[in-house]
Amino acid sequence: MDERTIKEEAELKALEDPALANEIEEIEIEDGESPLDKNLKLMSPTRMVLRRFFRSKLSIAGIIMLVALVLFSWLGPVVYGEWSEIEVDRTGKYTYSAYTVGEGDSAFVQVVETFDSVNSFAYPLDDRNSSDGRVHILGTDEQGMDIFTRLMYGGRLSITLSFLAVFLTSFIGIVLGGIAGFYGGAVDNIIMRLCDVLMCFPTLPLMLILSTVLNGYVDEGYIDSQYTIYLLMTLISLWSWTGMARLVRGQILYLREQEYMVAAEAMGYSAPRRIFKHLIPNVLPQILVTMTLSLGSMILYESTLSYLGLGVPVPYASWGTMVEIISKRNEVLQYYPFVWVPSGVCIVIAVLGFNFIGDGLRDALDPKQRR
Amino acid sequence: MVKYIIKRLIIAFLLLLGVSAILYILLRCMPTNYVDTLIAQMAQGGATVGDELRKALYEAYGLGDDTFGGWVKGYFQWLGNLFQGDFGTSFIDKSPVLGEIFKPDRIATSFFVAFVSMIFEFLVAIPLGITAATHQYSIRDYVVTIFVLIGISLPSFFFGQVLKDIFANKLGWFPVSGMTDAGMTYTGWAAIVDYLRHMFLPILTVCILSIGSRMRMTRTNMLEVLNSDYIRTARAKGLKESIVIYKHAFRNTMIPLVTSLAGLIPSLFSGAMITEQVFSLTGIGNYALTAMQEGDIPVIMTYNMFLAVLSVLGVLMADLMYAVVDPRVKLA
Repeated sequence: MDERTIKEEAELKALEDPALANEIEEIEIEDGESPLDKNLKLMSPTRMVLRRFFRSKLSIAGIIMLVALVLFSWLGPVVYGEWSEIEVDRTGKYTYSAYTVGEGDSAFVQVVETFDSVNSFAYPLDDRNSSDGRVHILGTDEQGMDIFTRLMYGGRLSITLSFLAVFLTSFIGIVLGGIAGFYGGAVDNIIMRLCDVLMCFPTLPLMLILSTVLNGYVDEGYIDSQYTIYLLMTLISLWSWTGMARLVRGQILYLREQEYMVAAEAMGYSAPRRIFKHLIPNVLPQILVTMTLSLGSMILYESTLSYLGLGVPVPYASWGTMVEIISKRNEVLQYYPFVWVPSGVCIVIAVLGFNFIGDGLRDALDPKQRR
Repeated sequence: MVKYIIKRLIIAFLLLLGVSAILYILLRCMPTNYVDTLIAQMAQGGATVGDELRKALYEAYGLGDDTFGGWVKGYFQWLGNLFQGDFGTSFIDKSPVLGEIFKPDRIATSFFVAFVSMIFEFLVAIPLGITAATHQYSIRDYVVTIFVLIGISLPSFFFGQVLKDIFANKLGWFPVSGMTDAGMTYTGWAAIVDYLRHMFLPILTVCILSIGSRMRMTRTNMLEVLNSDYIRTARAKGLKESIVIYKHAFRNTMIPLVTSLAGLIPSLFSGAMITEQVFSLTGIGNYALTAMQEGDIPVIMTYNMFLAVLSVLGVLMADLMYAVVDPRVKLA
């Protein structure tokens, strides 16, 4: 409310009460000298965009969701150090199974007590089994590792990976798109045809093929299996820059005809300076929106790969690998929802957060929007 | 128009050549291929696999020469066979790839799921998009936007499994997985009902995941149209708001939607990989997924080329549709 100028307030009142309409005019007359300067606040485009962005509740919700997840993943293990990422709970677990033995009157129920040295699938906050008083906030998974802790480490991995992939993708896309749009001609043709070829590749099958290729090198000992997923996301970036390149090229084709670019050329600026200092900043809004939205989709891709068993290897955690088990064991899906639901929810929150922010940014940056 | 189509088809052909070359190189990069697995299996079964047999096996599967020249030769061999209508033989099923991928029930399953969910997607997304646009920044807009954004953000495997757990395992309303009830032979209506019950959850999954982008598209277009001059004129003429929106604005909103519909036609045949895997449907997607996990190179190659052809056709059809729907667009 506080940013509203007096005139706007008066106008609002006037809408409610026609009798007040005259008062606005009176204000203007009383003002005398140039009412425009006094009543209109001049704002820089950046401030205007930021204001519009923060006015949308959805973008604020998105920021809150992401900040919460980042804090949870990076500060979580510092604050809550009961368990580590790959620590197996070896306090053991008793499982009981009952059978009916015999028939008729001589039948009796036999209870078999089995002791397993690994405390797997412990229920959340269940301290029946733990001897040293350390409980699992969200229970344990198949290997007896603490799910709550693994969620934090999984978050680190998933978020880092998506940022890595998106930055690489955008970098390649901006550079190639910028060059194509700026120079045109044969260079443009070559880059755009390469784009067309790469765009024909279906994303998920391509990822599967690439990860099979990488896993082959892991088996032969060329690559440490812990880093495959990073390499994989890097390779994926080599395919997914096409959208960004097309966007940047299209914008630059339009912008380079503008007068300020002619002026820049007349000033004798070098081509890189004109591209990266004068053109790219003007495309930056669209680049930002695309980047935010693709952060979400990269998390989705990473988790899908992990779900298919192609993510980080077993002792390490990512949100996708934590859901993976339900594709193999139906009883986990049915009876141990605490094993897979939290990481699934984390994925949804992260992707949703990025989508909210991207959506809010797009609305805020749209020059046609008047609000 | 005809000239334009021919030109585009020639470009598409060249594109596909490029795609196939990159694909072939990628597949040859797979160090653990099917033959290795086969040899390992044979060795486990007690057979001694000598060097000669190993070589013969590699040769039989067309993976013999592992030099650059061998790769080039292999690629052109594959290409040559392709033009003779021979797409290779599946390593695993030992039958022609084309017949395996396009098995009638396989393609029918994928098509059915994609087609029905596309119909529902449009039926739900367009009205939602219009209400969101006409009531921009109202509670209604927010609620619709939040729901469709959640839909976009759901990972298909997670959402599919949640639906499966709730509606199949817990409530028992729908079968857990598969295509038909095991051990039951239904006829007539009962068979159709059984089929539909098995397809319901996969269709729901695909539909909810895809409503979002369609709805956002409708909303953006509708907003753009509503801000245009002729809508102001229509309002100024004193037309009823419903006529302004559903007669004047809606028709122009439809232009990009119809165009995108044409672009979607090819994707009806490609199959939803993850959804089919979650619900154990025997569609194209699930088949290709298995092939990829087991290193069945001819199947992977053909499936990906099939998808590439579909996507090229989709873009072409969308462009052509643009000219059909919007008379202002001229193709050149």
